Amino acid sequence: MPQPLRPTLSELFAVHPRDGGWAGFLLPQLDTAKPLLWVQDRMAILESGRIHPPGLPSQNLIHVEARDARDALWAMEEGVRCAALSAVIGEIWGDPRALDFIATRRLAVASERSQVPCWLVRLGGTANLSGARMRWRIASAPSLLNDLDLRAPGLPAWDAELFRARGMPPDRWTIACEAGAFHLVAASGDRTLGEVERLRA
Amino acid sequence: MPHLAIERWAKSSDYAPDAPVVLTVEGTHGLILHAVTKAAVERGARAGARLTDARALDPALVAEPADLAEDAALIERLAKWAGRWSPLVEVDGDGLRLDITGVAHLFGGERGLMRDVQRSFARVGLTVRMAIAPTAAAAWALARFSKTLIPTLSRGREGEGLLAQLSPLHVSALRLDADTVRTLERLGLKTIGALIDLPRVALARRFRGAEDVVDALDRALGRKPEPLTAARADPPPRATLRMEEPATHPEAGPQALERLIPDLVGQLQKRRLGARRLSLAGFRVDGSVATATVATAIASREPKHLQRLLADKATALDPGFGFDAFALTAEWVEDLNAAQESLAEEPSGERELARLIDRLTVKLGRRAVRRPQAEERHLPERASGWSPAVSSLRGAKATKQSKGTSLDCFPRIKSGVAMTAVRPQRLLDRPEAIDVIYATPEGMPRRFMWRRAVHDIARVEGPERIAPEWWRQPSSARLRDYYRVEDASGRRYWIYREGLIGDGRGGLPNWFIHGLFG
Repeated sequence: MPQPLRPTLSELFAVHPRDGGWAGFLLPQLDTAKPLLWVQDRMAILESGRIHPPGLPSQNLIHVEARDARDALWAMEEGVRCAALSAVIGEIWGDPRALDFIATRRLAVASERSQVPCWLVRLGGTANLSGARMRWRIASAPSLLNDLDLRAPGLPAWDAELFRARGMPPDRWTIACEAGAFHLVAASGDRTLGEVERLRA
Repeated sequence: MPHLAIERWAKSSDYAPDAPVVLTVEGTHGLILHAVTKAAVERGARAGARLTDARALDPALVAEPADLAEDAALIERLAKWAGRWSPLVEVDGDGLRLDITGVAHLFGGERGLMRDVQRSFARVGLTVRMAIAPTAAAAWALARFSKTLIPTLSRGREGEGLLAQLSPLHVSALRLDADTVRTLERLGLKTIGALIDLPRVALARRFRGAEDVVDALDRALGRKPEPLTAARADPPPRATLRMEEPATHPEAGPQALERLIPDLVGQLQKRRLGARRLSLAGFRVDGSVATATVATAIASREPKHLQRLLADKATALDPGFGFDAFALTAEWVEDLNAAQESLAEEPSGERELARLIDRLTVKLGRRAVRRPQAEERHLPERASGWSPAVSSLRGAKATKQSKGTSLDCFPRIKSGVAMTAVRPQRLLDRPEAIDVIYATPEGMPRRFMWRRAVHDIARVEGPERIAPEWWRQPSSARLRDYYRVEDASGRRYWIYREGLIGDGRGGLPNWFIHGLFG
């Protein structure tokens, strides 16, 4: 898994707006020692729900409910300048006018200056011009086999596509996260199928 | 104020003015009447009687619970308001005590003052009984026990006038406790006059300690001083600025702020305080005032920070015909000792964070910037409460404790259990109804439709049953069976079935989607 060398702005596109998979991909990468700033604009809350602290790895966070994308971007920029935060996550719905190259570029520069990683999450948006250093496209993938209950969902897996990155070739992986580390999952289908076959035999 | 409780209630209620309503408080043996309306008095209800007795006289009485805390709060507010007549105001039980030494002539003598007080209280719909007397205890007695509506004044110093006025009053006007009054009555000493005539030594020997009759007499007659202890708040730190001529340009506010903040910070530093809430008032030429208020998450007297918080709001102040003065007041202050964060020039996290919260809150509002606050509740949407980030840094603990005590008699959930259960990362604010195909009556869901998209369920885990909070919700609330489902493309959701078939709380169970897993 390629990681940026220094904290910077990364952009994350949810392939489907009503798929929460990107959160599972993003959360293991965060440092939970310091508080987190999580900004959601109102449309994002309406469409795909408000964050639910009991499901998150750390309760130490500040949640901002922004009226629109402009307020959300302003709150993110204020947060990125505050070195006491571990990361800033901003969810923005659609393609608002306020979210242009200049806005993302400002976030990227501020993030690199203060060493606070910033994640811009785009729900239902298109990948237009952006100043983000890494751009991901995340979708949920069928989960791994649950050893205890064959019918139950197992360890979550994701299809992660790095489609634009500075100094790195674009690529895509199917990955799962176990004990804080990402692992590659063999192309979906054969491994799961294989195990089911073996178990049946 | 003899009718405060009922008058306050009458203002905020929607009963007809002639309804026989009584306000009740919990007594040792059932409900006791606390205050009664005029109509209820005519039907035989009396304050202090038991509700059952009053109901026996007239079963048509309407009983409402009295709100003693709210009454007390009103008296506190009235005490502040009464500061218009005298600088020394004290709350005394259900009344107010004003020291009017050297004040009365401002209102045209003592009579003028009394008329003014009566008129002002009547304007806000409150009846007052008052008395002016040379001693506080005598005023208390006269205001409550005098037969005339407004007792005539007793100008003579501790002299005959006061004695003559007090003599016919009942002994309970001396503020003695009920037992002492009963003893005195049994001895045939019904009025203060009868007490005064007795030899002091005999009285002092008979009544000692808490029931000191001689002491009470002395206080009433002014033989012993009883000073007022009025709660007098320190004036809040405040900086003012007068303009040479009215300023109408929009930069007037920020420019004034630049000169006011160093002044205010100096005052805060001297008194070792930090501001939690600041208000900038611009006084317009035409006599109106424009104000802007900001709050901070931790007490601060950092000029740069305060300036940054207020700058936007100061620009937005509408000058109208022009400001001729500004005042910056620290309305809410907390102790803040001089602090050095560390030897190195390294800013500590907490203060940085508090500043960030302040900036976000000032621009986006208190309700938009929040921190999670776990609550001991069954329902998932209630278990993750939120509290404004500005107040939660210190206030969180206090509110939690007070909540805990009020719920002690009800089942409590060990928070550890809730934490280990699998919870989604996102929760819809309001669960959305979905159409589900499932194996009835209590089987696994197979397929569901949410927002016009069909999801085939590939894997499912559950149910996790969450029972309704019977001590809070109505008895018709249904239980929820939560399932963690994964559709064919791998998206994971949290859905639930509300109720069971045949649980007697409604028809067929409904399905809802509540959360999204990452």
